[in-house]
Amino acid sequence: MPPDRPTRPPEKTLGLEELPLHTDARIVAVEARKGHEAADLAERLAEIGFLPGERVRLLARALFGEPLAVRVGSDTFALRRSEAACVRVVALPLRVLRP
Amino acid sequence: MNAVAAEPLVALVGNPNCGKTALFNLLTGSRQKIANYAGVTVERKEGRLRTASGSRVRVLDLPGAYSLRPRTPDEQITCDFVLGRLADEPRPDVVVAVVDATNLRRHLRLVLALRRLGQPVIVALNMVDLARRRGLPIDAPALGRELALPVVETVGVRAGGAQSLLDYLERQHAAPESAVADGVDAPARAGGRAAPLDEAAAVAADMASVAADQHEVERILGRLGLEGVPADTPSDRIDRFVLHPVVGPLVLSATLFLVFQAVFAWAQPFMRAITALIAALAGLIGAALPAGLLQSLLVDGVLAGAGSVLVFLPQIVLLFAFILVLEDSGYLPRAAFLLDRLMGSVGLSGRSFIPLLSSFACAVPGILAARTIPNARDRTVTILIAPLMTCSARLPVYTLLIGTFVPARTVGFGVGLQGLVLFVLYAAGVGGAFAVAWVLKRLRRANAIQPLQMELPTYHVPSLRNLGIGLLQRVEVFVRRVGTIILALMVLLWFLSSFPAPPAGYPGPAIEYSLAGRLGSLLAYLFAPIGFNWQISIALVPGLAAREVVVGALGTVYALSAAGSDVAGQVAPLIARAWTLPTAFALLAWYVFAPQCLSTLVAARRETNSWRYPAIMAGYQFALAYLAAGLTYHASRWLLALP
Repeated sequence: MPPDRPTRPPEKTLGLEELPLHTDARIVAVEARKGHEAADLAERLAEIGFLPGERVRLLARALFGEPLAVRVGSDTFALRRSEAACVRVVALPLRVLRP
Repeated sequence: MNAVAAEPLVALVGNPNCGKTALFNLLTGSRQKIANYAGVTVERKEGRLRTASGSRVRVLDLPGAYSLRPRTPDEQITCDFVLGRLADEPRPDVVVAVVDATNLRRHLRLVLALRRLGQPVIVALNMVDLARRRGLPIDAPALGRELALPVVETVGVRAGGAQSLLDYLERQHAAPESAVADGVDAPARAGGRAAPLDEAAAVAADMASVAADQHEVERILGRLGLEGVPADTPSDRIDRFVLHPVVGPLVLSATLFLVFQAVFAWAQPFMRAITALIAALAGLIGAALPAGLLQSLLVDGVLAGAGSVLVFLPQIVLLFAFILVLEDSGYLPRAAFLLDRLMGSVGLSGRSFIPLLSSFACAVPGILAARTIPNARDRTVTILIAPLMTCSARLPVYTLLIGTFVPARTVGFGVGLQGLVLFVLYAAGVGGAFAVAWVLKRLRRANAIQPLQMELPTYHVPSLRNLGIGLLQRVEVFVRRVGTIILALMVLLWFLSSFPAPPAGYPGPAIEYSLAGRLGSLLAYLFAPIGFNWQISIALVPGLAAREVVVGALGTVYALSAAGSDVAGQVAPLIARAWTLPTAFALLAWYVFAPQCLSTLVAARRETNSWRYPAIMAGYQFALAYLAAGLTYHASRWLLALP
């Protein structure tokens, strides 16, 4: 996932933090916003499983909107809004049937 | 030395919370702490196992790591070791890659990274019982073929659950070359040990490959029919309530409140029984021995001192039972989730929550647990405020004073006043910690928002076996403390309080003439303004070594001050007569912030590598304690309209 890929995916992407609760989504990119610290943050997110192609879902938002409880793969992680904003997702159509 | 070097070295490596320590305990017969959250193990732990054929193997338990690129001090330990960067330790002969069988998607990535290092790796498919119960088609041989690594199934929390791993290590020890599986390059082995790896190469190899590894994991999971992710698990259903923005905080408050009520109310019958036993023993000794030094040492020193601390065993057991159940269930990281925003307002993050919560047991493990905090500044602040969390050693002091000065009645809805006061004292400690963190945030340059990235593990029903072992260990530690350091201090204090003996015809109690009495009256100049008499002043000194000692010290000082020793072992009635209410409240306030015990200062020195922070810690706590006790003393005198 190169951070400065010139072409955007065609679907409408949104930050993970904007996703409605309990909506399935797929990660399109994990990108640093700015600065060296942010790059490190994006790498760490990738290491704990926030990778393009993975399914994500918001399980909970704490009082005042932060932190977020996020299901990624079969894990649950607590993230801050600023961390979640590094994760670009596309919402999946409701009720995706898996084989 | 040669014998040690000849023993093969096996290291347990894996993501946090995959059950490495449970396996380590099974393999080595150790009883290291296990719990259901990431970051329980923050140190390298070593043990030995003996295989069926009698050969010995060194086993290392390492802190969990998400990748081979460390972000926290505890991950650093693991990475340094696995990559062979430690001068004093060779790289392990065999890496046991422990993976959570219920969550291969994440855990297998680290296995792939470990495999690339070229060392012999065996995969321990842990929690395989749980995975099967969830209907996952776990097939160890098939996984082994896909990974080109040996794979064994283990259950860390069941006796005999590591047998397959033991069998493997046995076979491997008999024929070491077989450890290197087909398709994996044999490592460069210098003198039987793998050579250290180039650091930069290792890091680059790791980073470039996270995404590639994920594709490989996807491929493997696809082949094994494990590609699906759980839709709505029982944990998710619990989390709908526990993490709910309104219901969640209510559940958390109710839980904490229940703990304090229970610690106070449920322990009472047991504490009365121990008190009665000690009083009976004192009576027996008093009757059997002639009045004199030996009788005084046993009754005033040992029983009134150490005995009065032992009384608090039931409360400590109860407190730990609650803490252990919370730890084992997986609730703690959820509590951290709920409190993250609140902690953020004083410049901390939810990552500080577990170290701070551990400090309710004792500040020393709390300070160690701060290693899981990635940001250095957050870590220092957490270490500095950890001693303000009310540790279990302060519980006896609180209980004694509350039990003596606060009436045992309910304030309605079945809530006891004594339990409520205890809750308020704990809350005052937390409030103080937040205030200090806030001040530290103001004093220092604010830095960027720190990442949270905290794993919320699947809930488990707490294991009774784990709870039993944990409680037994606590009882053992407490009784050993009472039997060694506390007893020794009490005997020393008894000696200082009895000698030199006053000349014949001395008008006051003998203790006033003794060394302790004179020291106490000197200290009283410092403490009189905040309402402490010389007996309290002298009792505070041994309290620096272990806080519970204050209770015993008061027991000894007052037993020796009293005319007869008919009240030995019963501190409460003595202080009830000797102290005013403001003095008692002032001492309670003092102990909310009291300068902590020496072992805490030593732990802070070790973890921060300087005396600067322990000095700051001791200084600010003394100032806070003095201020709080003084305010409490004078405010309550004014409220009670005392002269």
